[in-house]
Amino acid sequence: MSTRQTSWNKDKPLYLDYQATTPTDPRVVEKMLPYFSEKFGNPHSRTHHYGWEAEDAVEVARAQIASLIGASPKEIIFTSGATESNNLALKGVGRFYKDRKNHIITCVTEHKCVLDSCRHLEMEGFDVTYLPVQQNGLINLSDLAAAMTDQTALVSIMAVNNEIGVIQPIAEIGKMCRQRKIFFHTDGAQAVGKIPINVDDMNIDLMSISGHKLYAPMGIGVLYVRRRPRVRLVAMINGGGQERGMRSGTLPTPLCVGMGEACAIAEKEMAAETERLKMLRDRFHDGINGRLSEVYLNGDLEHRIPGNLNLSFAYVEGEGLMMGVNDLAVSSGSACTSASLEPSYVLRALGVEEELAHTSLRIGLGRFTTEQEVDYAVEKICFEVERLRQMSPLWEMAQDGIDIKSIEWADH
Amino acid sequence: MAYSDKLLDHYENPRNVGAFDKDDDGVGTGLVGAPACGDVMKLQIKVDADGIIEDAKFKTFGCGSAIASSSLVTEWVKGKSIDEAVEIKNTDIATELALPPVKIHCSVLAEDAIKAAVSDYKSKRAETTKAAE
Repeated sequence: MSTRQTSWNKDKPLYLDYQATTPTDPRVVEKMLPYFSEKFGNPHSRTHHYGWEAEDAVEVARAQIASLIGASPKEIIFTSGATESNNLALKGVGRFYKDRKNHIITCVTEHKCVLDSCRHLEMEGFDVTYLPVQQNGLINLSDLAAAMTDQTALVSIMAVNNEIGVIQPIAEIGKMCRQRKIFFHTDGAQAVGKIPINVDDMNIDLMSISGHKLYAPMGIGVLYVRRRPRVRLVAMINGGGQERGMRSGTLPTPLCVGMGEACAIAEKEMAAETERLKMLRDRFHDGINGRLSEVYLNGDLEHRIPGNLNLSFAYVEGEGLMMGVNDLAVSSGSACTSASLEPSYVLRALGVEEELAHTSLRIGLGRFTTEQEVDYAVEKICFEVERLRQMSPLWEMAQDGIDIKSIEWADH
Repeated sequence: MAYSDKLLDHYENPRNVGAFDKDDDGVGTGLVGAPACGDVMKLQIKVDADGIIEDAKFKTFGCGSAIASSSLVTEWVKGKSIDEAVEIKNTDIATELALPPVKIHCSVLAEDAIKAAVSDYKSKRAETTKAAE
């Protein structure tokens, strides 16, 4: 990132996929480097200096992470990433309390690792309620209240959705759970470091955090586990009893250090970064809307992280569009990106019609996105959408006033 | 996924984009696919008195492979008789563009589009002949 790229092509595209992953911040890399070859000790070695200095570094990191979310360092459990954290939270808590309570509440737009963990728990005999979302992508709190029973052990609702960037009403959910003495887990992978999160104010009992979504490296994550009132869970990985017995295995010191530094930077810079990203996001959105008609924003605009836009460009298929903008690294809700022919389940859950779901792009802006990049991407996308609409039979029908829904389409 | 140069060329410089008057007796229109599935192709052929396809146009909503497949078939059907045109197989299209396995359905759709256009043309001819009797 030291030399800023100012032109892009398909072999070196402009990166606009910050919800998929973020580059590791160079300041983070800098902090990590000594812990590879120089201060390489095992942080669990108690008998010599190498172990002590590694342990010290891990504990500094733990405190930096805790500080960002208003937790105690003792409540920070290092994992390999948010997928492991989500698995541990759901299966770990579910299995520990199974004899007393066997009901879990989650939501249809959760990340696949939450949904898949819930499926596995169903096979073990748990009841799982999958709450729907409203058209804006947010759950309805009265649905949540109605779903809670005396058997409910855990509510797991993500803080921020990875596809549409909407922010769920976490504080309200936390309050409802605390009143009913139900544990509240939130997948914070897309939220921590992006929006203010305080586990006490929001009554969060467990929270998953991902390193590579907040400018730390891949391969490191955190599960926050509340100590008061105490949350207990069955470990999935057994061994030397590290991380309060919840997650055995030697801690990867350089990755922990990176995670800590990334959280410290986020805590310091979040307010300014939010302002800057909002400005860029609005510039992007206004730029597109200023030139193109029939572009639809998926998900709520107000309750949304500043670095995400998910737009449907009616009458232009998403993958076809991505091939045209191949000097932009973006993601599509269209079917064809995956082997399945189904469009994004998140967009479908919002009630976005399949034909519009096929036309969506997810644009992720982040720390290293510039105004010049936004302007370039807007120009490129508008040009391609206009070109492809001229080629689109659906656009032609729409211009002729033909209702596409009035046509009997064959299934294939 | 790496696409072939031929496919990219048809996507970037599509041939014969456009439309004929679908009410013209010499024009056959095939509209196949569905918006909900992410692919819609409209292929039109203009047929002369001898049953030879003198011109073809397309419009496609779909991925790059779908656009390239339809562009290619507009080139292929030109100069062919309608009976020869329906002999074009999806496998020929897939081979020519080196479509990856997940994109074979695009070539199937293009083959269907030719058949639909020819069938539309034939049914129109049948009607005009009937009306003339």
